Amino acid sequence: MKSTAELQEKSVTKIDTKWRFIYWRSAILYLLPSIILFSVFLFYPLGKTLYLSFFLTDQQGNANVFVGLENYQYILQAESFHKSIKATILFVLYTVPTGVIISLFLALLANEKIKGVGIFRTIYSSTMGISVAASAVVWLFIFHPSMGILNQLITSIGGTSIDWLLHPNWALVSVSVTTIWMNIGFSFLIILGGLQNIDDHLYESARISGASYFYQLRRITIPMLSPTLFFVITVSLINAFQTFGQVDILTQGGPSESTNLIVYSIYREAFVNYQFGTASAQSIFLFICILIVTILQFKFGERKVHYQ
Amino acid sequence: MKILRPTITYLLLIMTAVIVFFPVVYAFLISFMSGAELLQGKFIPESFHLENYQKAFERLPLAHYLWNSFFVSTVVMLGQLIVSALAAYAFVFIPFKGRNIVFFIFISTMMIPWEATMIPNFLTIQQLDWINNYQSLTIPFFAIAFGTFLLRQHFLTIPKELKEASDIAGLRSFKFFWKVVIPYCRTSFVTLGAYGFLTTWNMYLWPLLVTNNDQVRTVQIGLKQLQTQEMASEWGVVMAGVIIVIIPTLILLFLGQKQLQKGLAQGALK
Repeated sequence: MKSTAELQEKSVTKIDTKWRFIYWRSAILYLLPSIILFSVFLFYPLGKTLYLSFFLTDQQGNANVFVGLENYQYILQAESFHKSIKATILFVLYTVPTGVIISLFLALLANEKIKGVGIFRTIYSSTMGISVAASAVVWLFIFHPSMGILNQLITSIGGTSIDWLLHPNWALVSVSVTTIWMNIGFSFLIILGGLQNIDDHLYESARISGASYFYQLRRITIPMLSPTLFFVITVSLINAFQTFGQVDILTQGGPSESTNLIVYSIYREAFVNYQFGTASAQSIFLFICILIVTILQFKFGERKVHYQ
Repeated sequence: MKILRPTITYLLLIMTAVIVFFPVVYAFLISFMSGAELLQGKFIPESFHLENYQKAFERLPLAHYLWNSFFVSTVVMLGQLIVSALAAYAFVFIPFKGRNIVFFIFISTMMIPWEATMIPNFLTIQQLDWINNYQSLTIPFFAIAFGTFLLRQHFLTIPKELKEASDIAGLRSFKFFWKVVIPYCRTSFVTLGAYGFLTTWNMYLWPLLVTNNDQVRTVQIGLKQLQTQEMASEWGVVMAGVIIVIIPTLILLFLGQKQLQKGLAQGALK
């Protein structure tokens, strides 16, 4: 008796390991394309960036001289990198809160159940279909010193025209305005989706008890919407850190490096000055910044978020 | 009170819509203006003639750029759909050991900013001799964690019974995928497809790095070229270029807006 039980157990484990092997093999087949692509174009280059950040390189990007942490010391002391960090932080502060608030406002408007609201939804989301290059070119003209509509409006009411893109204090604001406009479409669509997921019964019972619009907004809409807002804020933050196209077309990082955001700074260091070592050190810096932001967001943001 | 609230809502809707849509309308109007009209500071063009559009196509091989963008975006879209669907299928329907760990690694790739890897990627592309090549604009973007995630979330909602029934009926994995998974999760496929197409069409930094002649250059880089060439004199031509570039994606967005909104919201929340 004992031996048959043992035998059975053995065959069961044998079948088990056989299935386990089959599952493994097919899983790997399905995952192989992703794994290869991630390895070649994501993990390997991330490691290579870290590697290059410890070296001086030649113009072809070959690592020549090992310099340890000198590239990091260099960028952390360089005035232009300080300016770049300052500009990036200011840019995040200018664009993220304003962008999210405007999109929330538009989504609340477009969530009202009235006739013809579909057209407005389409218009608000339209900026998502407009590329960075196209948006930046249009805004470049809006900010044009003499022919642009902004200065024409200002001078027509008797003001003095503003050097939107040529004055160090205004340039970053102008790039931020362009960016906020560009991002409205995406944030709006996501927030509207979140609003439509909120259960209608919640509002019905609030209405019966005579709660005002703003009371409902504060007590029902915002809490129920918090996961969506949390997502939109995270995405906007990461996008802000990755800004490149607007800067390239509107200001090329100027005037006096006031709009030299971090990705633009990396681009110039690597592909204009051919300093791949210091550019890699800046890239690692960017990676760590985004990592910290994401982790902090999940740690502290998650607690305040109300899930259904 | 009952009339007041819709009135206020409509007023706000119209005002904000005018502001949000203004840059597009502005670009559209300017695309019909001559240099002289612009200098006079006009807002409405005298006539709607297509001269600027004709010039835009003459100055640059815009039609070729448009084709490049269209081709690259379509290929990336298909590549992303296939690669993501394969991975998502494994994560949902194959109970292999270590599934959660592998999935976690996949998701954590979303935290790596693409820009942090662009220098070595550029060097790789150079070594492969892929500069000015369609491969460099498409293949690196096929694997996308967001796509795998989005599809996985939707695949999970497929009832277990369907999979069991198809196993009993002896359907091969591929047939099950084709006959059950794709029809069941159509919204997510459409969302991911539209998302992939839009983001690739709008890509700027990477094409700027890996193209340096007309051969495979995309329309976004063409726009930058047009802007640097024509800026001093002919803004009308530049704006004609802008309108040409944004029309395909705007149409796509208008057609797929509802799907995109539903799909993206699902992906964001689950």
